[in-house]
Formats: sequence, C-alpha cells, structure tokens
Amino acid sequence: MNNLIKGEKHDWEMVIGLEIHAQVKSNSKLFSSSSTKFGSSPNSQVSLVDAAMPGMLPVINKYCVEQAVKTGVGLKAKINNYSVFDRKNYFYADLPQGYQISQYKYPIVGEGKVTIDFKDGTSKDIRIVRLHLEQDAGKSLHDQNPSKTYVDLNRSGVALMEIVSEPDIRTPEEAGMYISKIRSILMYLDTCDGNMQEGSLRADVNISVRKPGDEYGTRCEIKNLNSIKFIKQAINYEAKRQIEILESGGSIEQNTMLFNTSTGKTRPMRNKEEAHDYRYFPDPDLLPLEISEEEIGKIKLTIPDLPDELKNKFIETYRLSNYDASVLTAEKQTSDYFNETIDSDLELKNHAKIVVNWITSELFSLLNKNNLDLNNSPVSPKNLAQLIKLISTNEISGKIAKDVLEDMFSSGKTARQIVDEKGLQQVTDQDEIEKVIDEVIAENPKMVEQYFAGKDKLLGFFVGQAMKLTKGKANPKMLNDILKLKLIKKN
Amino acid sequence: MSKLSLKQTLKDLDTKKISIRELNQDYLKRIKEKENLNVFIHFSEENVLKQIDKLEKDDSPKKLKGIPIAIKDLFCTKSMPTTAASKILKNFNPTYESFVTQKLLDEGSIFVGKTNLDEFAMGSATNTSFFGNTINPLSKEDEPLAPGGSSGGSAAAVAADLCLGATGTDTGGSIRQPASFCGVVGIKPTYGLCSRWGIAAFASSLDQAGIFSHNVEDASILLQSIAGFDQRDSTSAKVDIPNYFENLDDDLNGKTVGIPKEYSIDGIPMEISQIWEDAIKILEKKGVKIKNISLPHTKYALPTYYIIAPAEASSNLARYDGVKYGFRSDEIDSLDEMYENTRAQGFGREVKRRILIGTYVLSAGYYDAYYLKAQKVRKLISDDFNKAFKECDFIVTPTAPSAAFPLNEKQNDPIKMYLNDVFTVPASLAGLPGISIPFGEDKNNLPLGIQILGKHFDEQQVFNVATSLERSYE
Repeated sequence: MNNLIKGEKHDWEMVIGLEIHAQVKSNSKLFSSSSTKFGSSPNSQVSLVDAAMPGMLPVINKYCVEQAVKTGVGLKAKINNYSVFDRKNYFYADLPQGYQISQYKYPIVGEGKVTIDFKDGTSKDIRIVRLHLEQDAGKSLHDQNPSKTYVDLNRSGVALMEIVSEPDIRTPEEAGMYISKIRSILMYLDTCDGNMQEGSLRADVNISVRKPGDEYGTRCEIKNLNSIKFIKQAINYEAKRQIEILESGGSIEQNTMLFNTSTGKTRPMRNKEEAHDYRYFPDPDLLPLEISEEEIGKIKLTIPDLPDELKNKFIETYRLSNYDASVLTAEKQTSDYFNETIDSDLELKNHAKIVVNWITSELFSLLNKNNLDLNNSPVSPKNLAQLIKLISTNEISGKIAKDVLEDMFSSGKTARQIVDEKGLQQVTDQDEIEKVIDEVIAENPKMVEQYFAGKDKLLGFFVGQAMKLTKGKANPKMLNDILKLKLIKKN
Repeated sequence: MSKLSLKQTLKDLDTKKISIRELNQDYLKRIKEKENLNVFIHFSEENVLKQIDKLEKDDSPKKLKGIPIAIKDLFCTKSMPTTAASKILKNFNPTYESFVTQKLLDEGSIFVGKTNLDEFAMGSATNTSFFGNTINPLSKEDEPLAPGGSSGGSAAAVAADLCLGATGTDTGGSIRQPASFCGVVGIKPTYGLCSRWGIAAFASSLDQAGIFSHNVEDASILLQSIAGFDQRDSTSAKVDIPNYFENLDDDLNGKTVGIPKEYSIDGIPMEISQIWEDAIKILEKKGVKIKNISLPHTKYALPTYYIIAPAEASSNLARYDGVKYGFRSDEIDSLDEMYENTRAQGFGREVKRRILIGTYVLSAGYYDAYYLKAQKVRKLISDDFNKAFKECDFIVTPTAPSAAFPLNEKQNDPIKMYLNDVFTVPASLAGLPGISIPFGEDKNNLPLGIQILGKHFDEQQVFNVATSLERSYE
C-alpha cells in the first residue's frame, strides 16, 4: 500500500502517534467516592476531596486500578508491579487542587501492542508505549454569562486511562482504525463505555511529516479530538499545513494545536516556549501502588474473549471468512448479537454464514435507516434466529424473508406470526408448481418458441411469471428445476 | 501559679470535687485575662458555654469529658472557623471536622478556641501569622519573647494554663521547639500515627499532629485519644495504639541511650550543653547504658528539609486560588490576574518565600539537583537512624539551640530562623517520634528542653524515658 501523499514538490509520509484518554468505567472517581454519572446537574457530584478543600486527601479507588490492569492485559502490555502517582502542577479554574494527580515516571502499564486489520486481509501492529491512570479536570463554562466563567466540578477527579502509542501510524485511516480498535478492546473489557460523544474517549494527535526514509520531523500536537471523523480531518489538514510550510522553505514550530470542528482547521494554542513546566513530583499524599503477580493473575481470569481471539474462534468454529469474522467482532454488541442468535437454535450453527449476512446486511441497513443500533434493535436475536430457521428449512424464501424482517422490525411481531398471518409459506407442492408453470407456458406460446429457437435467457422470464402467480411464494429451486424439465419435454 | 494536671482534673471531675462548668469557667476567666498574649485566633465564650450545656445533658461516660483543650488553627473544625493563620482563609468555615479533633470531641473534650500559629505552619516564632504575634507567657514585662513556632499559640495556651492540653502539628519541629520555648511538654508522634485528614497541609510527607500538655502523663493520655488508623489518609498507619498512660514505666534499667555526636554543634549556648549532660547523667544513674552514636548525615538535614518541605508546600498551597473558597482579590480582570492578585494579597511573606523556593526546586532543570537529591539524602538520614537504633533504644538530644528569643529577633533573617529546627528536623525527615520536655533553664531563667527520639511507633519508650527524666528532675 502506498501511504505517501503528494506535495507540490515531493511525496511525503505522515508520522502519527496518539494519546488516547479513556474514561475508566467505574461508579466512583479515582480518588473519591463521588458518582461519575454523566449529565447530572452541575456540581452535584463533588466531594470535599474533588473540591480540594483544605486538609482533604485522595484515597485510591481499587476498582479503577483493576480496570487499568485489565486494560493493560487487553492491550497485551506489561503490567508494572510498582507504579507511582505524581502531581502535575498547573493553574486553571477547573483544576481545584492546582495539580492533577497522574503517573509520570512509573506508569501502571508498560509496553503493549494493538493489531489493526486492513480490508485486503493484511494487518499491522501499532505499539503502545504505556498506559497510566490520572484524574480528569472539571469543566469551565464560558457561555453561561457575559462576564463570568462558571465551573462544573462533576468531572473533576474522574479516572482516566491515558494510552500512549508509538508513532507507528502513517495515515489518517490507520489512526481511525487504531482508535476504533482500542475502543473495541476497551468495550469488550468493559473498562470504558467508549462513548466518544460524551467524551468518554478522546485523543490528542501528534503528527509530523517527512520525506520517506528521513528522520522524524518536528511534530505538532492536536489536542482533545472526540470523534474519528475529526481525527482524520485534523490529521489531513495539519499534514497539508506542515507540507506547505516545508515546501515553501519554512520550518515547523513545535506547537500545541486546537482543531476547530466547524472550519476543519487547526490553529496554534501555545508554542514550545509557552509550554507549561508541570513540576511533576511524587504525590506525598499517596503511597506507591504495588500490585502482586497474584493480584494480576486474578484480574487476568476475568478477561473475556477480545476481538482478535473471538475473530479466530469464529473463523475456526463457523468457517467464516476473515472479513466476516472481523466485521462481527469489531463491536462487542455485534458479536454478542451474533452469539445470541446462533445459540438460540442449534441448527443455525450450520448456517453461520447466513446468520452473518442477515445481521450485517439486512438488519444493519434497517437499523441504520432508523438511527438505531443493535443494543436497541426491535428485532431480538431470538426472533432473527426464528426467521433464519424459516429460510433454512425452506418454509419461506429469502426474498419473502426480507419483507418479513421489515415487518418484524416495525410491528415487533415474530417471524412465525407474520408468516402464518399472511400465509407466506413457500409453495413446495410439486403439483401446484407444475400447474402454475403449465399456465405460464400456455399463456406465452411466442416466448416458448423463441426459447426453443435458442433464446436461453428467456428462462428467467418464465420464472418471473410463475413467481408472480404464486405471489413469490414458490420455492425458487423447485420452480427452476420443474420449468427446465417442462421446457425440455416440450421439445 | 499552680497548674492542675489533666490526670488530677479527671479524678476531680469523677469524684465531683469540681463540675465541668466550674472547671471551664476557671479557664475562661484566665483566657480573658491573658488576651494580651494573642494566643487565640478564634475564641468565643458563648461557644464554650454551649459545649458545657451539651455535655451536662450527656450521661454517657467519656474519657475526656469536660476537659478544656485548645486546637491549633490548622485543624479544620465545624464549630469554629479555620484560618491556618492566613488572610487567604480569613473567613473559612469548614463543613467537616478533622480526624484528630473529631476524636477529641468523641471523648467529650471542650474546645476553648483555635490557637495562633505561623501562617500555614511556616515559621519558628509564631510571627508570620496574619493575626499577629503570639507572646510567650514566660516573657518579662519589658521584653516580649517569641513562643516558638509554628504551634506557638498552642504551646503558649498550655504554658499560660488556658487549657489542659492542646493540639499541634509538627513538620520540622513545630511542636517540640515551641514546647521547649514555653516550658511545656510537646510530643510529635511517628509519621502516620495520627491521620492528617482535615489538617490544612503544609508538607504532606512530614506533617504530623501531636500534643502539648503540662506533663508527660497528660501527654500520654491525650496522644492515645488522637491516634489511630484512618482509611481516608493513605499514609495513616494500621498499628495498635497502646494505652500509653497505663503502660508508663519509668524503670529504664538496662536500656541504652544513644548520644549523637553530630548534635554537639558550635555556637550552642553553654547551658544547653549542660542540661544535655545533666540528662545523660540522670539516665546513667538509672542504669541506662550510654552509647555514643553517629548520625553522619545530620548536617544535611536542614538543607534537605528546606527543599522537600517547600516543594510540597508549593503544590499543597496551589488550591488557595480564589476560585472555590477563601479570600479572592477584588482587582481582577482576567483569570491570571485573579490568581496573581489573590495569592499576592492573600499570602504573607514567609509563605510566598517558601512557595517560590518550592517552585524553583521542582522546576525542569533543577529537579534532579535539588528535589531528587534531597530525597536521596532524606533516605540516608533515615538509614542513619535505623542503624543507630540497632545499638540503642532511644536517643536524647537538646530540643532547640536556644531558649525563647525576643519577639522581633531574627524577623528579617530567614536563615537564622531556619536554624531553630536544627535538632528537630532530622527526626521529622525520618518520620520518628520525638518529645520535648522542660529540662532546666538558661541564665535568664528561661526554660530549656530535652528531646527524646524513639523508634518508629515506639511512642511508649519515648514516654517512659520522658516521664523518668521528668520525675527525677522534679
């Protein structure tokens, strides 16, 4: 694959690394017992610790630590038995302590990797540098009052995992695939809800460009992107900006950039000289975090099948193609739905490919049209299984089944109910089909003549006519077979 | 002035020789008489009377029922404002009670008021308080003396008999040095023995709550009351708290005392060397073996302390920014200006000096040379003690290099002021328990103090030695 982009003068390669901030799925905050519920009224989930009242002290939430370890295992990373919380010092109105508790020198999780799969069947490993735990800040609201800024501390102290990649990414698409894959893994692990709209998953993008084979160029960091679309847009814009500067003889300043989602442009927020000196030092209010191999082992036991393992399992068990299996496992809800469907009828195990198709094409397109997803699908896995069973036992044709599915989708009825009520059972009675074919042949003598004269394609015409007469219910295979026989006989 | 002891008072209350009301009215009267000492930042007679009313209706037995206690104004209290002696918390009323003060309330003690201190406990003379100096009760009329610091208000409250005990905090000597200056007993327990929850932080890895009292027995009763594990403080220790008072044992026969040679420093007044020798002689008479020990990294303790403590303070005090509570400057046109003016106007000189030092030593390019090195030296100092305690059961030294000095002395010389902590800081860095007891006087009849240091969580040994020395001195 050619990953280069054309400038005016040269071809350029992008070098991209991501820092993903994933909110830990946990009922309470990293160092306090306040709730982490999204969308509550401002400052309703703020403890004395979150508000940094004098004399208040952080106490580590064990569950968040376990979630981080779980995530580390899912990223095939090294779990560090010893890690340290540091204070990152800076002033901002929504940072009540005047420092963020984070992990600097000794993160809880070390090197790992994530595999991304391309459509052409190839794949690529993106290396993870580290994962560490840190607190989220609160939120400054500048638009509530013309002369004041309001501060909402509900988010203050919520646990985040910062997942830092090596600069192994070379295209915006890879960046998108990487973050999708991370999101998928976290959701399989149930360590992050993956909700990018609510900010549960966001990324800072480090990007530079170079001529192929050159050393890394100077990078810029684009802050706080909360959708895959924006990430790709921002990368494309930023790469183009850097290339234009370099090709016109300029040099890149190491800046921190903001991305404007309405204009699609990046602009500098601060340069290297203006960068904060965060004065990191170990937080004296907290002891170093020590996790034994035994504890890690216990956490490992709770790890479910992850997308890559599940994909291989699907390929092996159901003989699915690599592509089908990766579509099924890209999102946990899809593989869950598939599993539930196939588990509700033993016979479906032999028709896995049909199940995949019905989920990923027919059901997905209906869900898409209605702005729904599998989690709130009106058609349950059990009902879909029943529909597919009706197809596989030749009770209804595939074509009729599509109508039935639409009906199920809107009415909430089962496939059985609909088929019975509307009399949609396939006609498989030999005599009945023969009767219809005879009728068609009798009514179209000219066509029959032409067919015998060599116009083989007309077979389809006869099939269509016969189907029409049976309202589409005739078993297509039987219809075809009988028709061919009859037309030979005539000869 | 014959001061009642806590121990005696508890007996008198128990036998109804005196009522809770009578007892406290006596103290209230003295507090009002001694207003000129500026011991309290917050005192309200009404509040004290309310507490008496409540206790009179309370039939349940309580260990410290009715005992008047003074609280250093660094402990957050629900019933009284908490200022840390700073303008920046001038009108701060906590909605929560610190671990230590809650324990004292649970035992039925009465809080007579919040005592003065150096702003955010940064100082050695209680002269950096936004609320003015506290005067040492032992001052002669023509020459007001400093009570020491930072817990100068609490030490003075006990010395002037305005309470039967007081809480303090000790980061580098802030209990032991004022105890020595005011002629009272002051104990800083092992780091982690008392929860820091609800104490406005100065330097988190060093701050430790402790007790001032008239004598060692009283200190042993009160320390037991405020000690204990608290899950809200991650550095709080899970150790059993013995009944120090019941276990007091002044028989030291067969024990070994360590005498660190590094504590004989030049320029130390003769009287102080003298009382140190006296103490050693008394111990020897009691059958204690004398062991000369070496704590070779002692000379680095002060510089180490004055890097680590300000570093932590610079970060701990970042929360006082005018956003959420406390003082906010009126002159603000932007967020930056709010920070700058609030903190410029809200903090005093010494606090600002330490924030600047702390910010500097943590800065990129200086971190390794200062903060990181200081942490390494701290470990060496700690190791020195660990080694020494293999050869001895406790260590005896002077508490401070001088007796109480005049109020305005050293005011403009921070380095000289910092030298006050020379004997107390090493044990703070090592997290060891230390007590200061009054022991002798200088040529002006001002009290001097002897410091006893023990192994981690061996407060009992510290109390035993202290009570033994105290009894033989009397």
